Amino acid sequence: MGDSSEVISNIERKRILELLSRGKRLDGRGVRDYREIRVERGVVEKAAGSALVSVGETKVIVGVKVEVGEPYSDRPESGALIVNAELTPLASPSFEPGPPDEYSVELARVVDRGLRESKAIDLEKFCLIPGKKVLVVFVDIYVLDQCGNLFDASLLASVSALMSSRVAEYVVGKGGEVEAKSKYVPLPFSSYPVSVTMARIGGDFVVDPSLDEEMVADARITVTTDKDGNVCALQKGGAGVFSVDEVLEAIDVAIEKSEELRRDILGV
Amino acid sequence: MVGKVRKKLVGKGGGRVDGRKPNDLRPIKIEIGLLQRADGSAYIEQGKNKILAAVYGPREVYPRHASLHNKALIRCYYRMASFSTEERKSPAPSRREVEISQVIKDALEPVIFSEFYPRSMIEIFVEVLQADGGTRCAGITAASLALANAGVPMRDLVASCAAGKVDSQLVLDPNDVEDKEGEADLPVAFAPQMGVVTLLQMDGLLSKDEFDQAFKLAVDGCKQINTLQKEALRGKYLAVGAAGGPGQGEKGG
Repeated sequence: MGDSSEVISNIERKRILELLSRGKRLDGRGVRDYREIRVERGVVEKAAGSALVSVGETKVIVGVKVEVGEPYSDRPESGALIVNAELTPLASPSFEPGPPDEYSVELARVVDRGLRESKAIDLEKFCLIPGKKVLVVFVDIYVLDQCGNLFDASLLASVSALMSSRVAEYVVGKGGEVEAKSKYVPLPFSSYPVSVTMARIGGDFVVDPSLDEEMVADARITVTTDKDGNVCALQKGGAGVFSVDEVLEAIDVAIEKSEELRRDILGV
Repeated sequence: MVGKVRKKLVGKGGGRVDGRKPNDLRPIKIEIGLLQRADGSAYIEQGKNKILAAVYGPREVYPRHASLHNKALIRCYYRMASFSTEERKSPAPSRREVEISQVIKDALEPVIFSEFYPRSMIEIFVEVLQADGGTRCAGITAASLALANAGVPMRDLVASCAAGKVDSQLVLDPNDVEDKEGEADLPVAFAPQMGVVTLLQMDGLLSKDEFDQAFKLAVDGCKQINTLQKEALRGKYLAVGAAGGPGQGEKGG
């Protein structure tokens, strides 16, 4: 979506709409079903944590790196979180090499908000010298195969990578020098944010839109919730609109589906 | 390494840090056609290297003035994921990545029948997910298979492998430590049917005799890798044949 160079034939478009009017989808799923999701953790040993996630044919890899850096000036006593997304040109004929475009910035920011607002990472624990040195957590998302719903795949991969992350213990010497010890501990991670993306196609909602559904959709809505069922991030995308009731319905669906994902996919 | 005694990387019996003999390749695993959207793709693991290659094209050239009237334009982008190295790498392309992209393109172009597709372009994307020395070589090996998987007409496959000199010993397929600490690195790409060298670079210091030996060692490594390439391709298409024709994701042709 937002990907104007993708094309879909009129006959396929018509077929999707026609099936949906009877509550069916092109790939045989129910309107609230996800495609098959697979998570492989620890795929990149050089990263602090990593995960390769596939949602149907969509593939996303996330690597986490933790380094010593400077805090943000408005949060001098807190570690920093930096989320970056790369739409690699391997992933789609419409992705071009070059600096991040709007879509990849949006993707990174939606994932970022899910992680940040749910306080998934306890960044307070990552302060080494207040105002001077903190740990910076880099979450780098690489999209490898774009077959729809990058938002949910990217957050699932980010959470899985963070859950598998090991961080060196750091000690601050008398002179303010920071030293990494050889002991590694799990990254302090909780709240397990999960996003559920729905596409609005005609008068209907589908969960986990595939690429062809994204191309037919008028609008999408991504709802991120934490493990207690709180809503921690929202993003409406596309030129279409939602009624107030539709928004409320989307949130109910998201809370229900995200519980399933946390239980079945993340195992929490 | 001034003022610091480093551990010997090659033992008396020729044993290497990862247990290999001087003439051994690292373990290699190849997978073909694993990406749905790309016209062709291949994945290679060579030791701890993990590299994904994808090919798009022949397709329309942008910007249009870059198109060639007598053959396809070949473009190559070699990139390292920010988590692929010990220290996080900035996602912006470095000078090193730009140069390697160029030499990979030059290593593959000789085997592509680019004259079949004037005014179009073939793009080769090499994404290093984890780097452990010799990524340009493993990238070429994978990219060559991705081209074949895309159905791009080719004169030959290209296999690539480096030789190096570590602790005065010539070794095949140096890993990251051997490459960084060693005295020389000699990456070679070779098209075995045509019998031609398509990539040749070197840094370090070798005597004439050492060069001769190292070069032979690298070419021999390429031939071994070519056998693995052919096995992987055969395995892929035998599987497709057994399933009764091209399945999903088989868009080459």
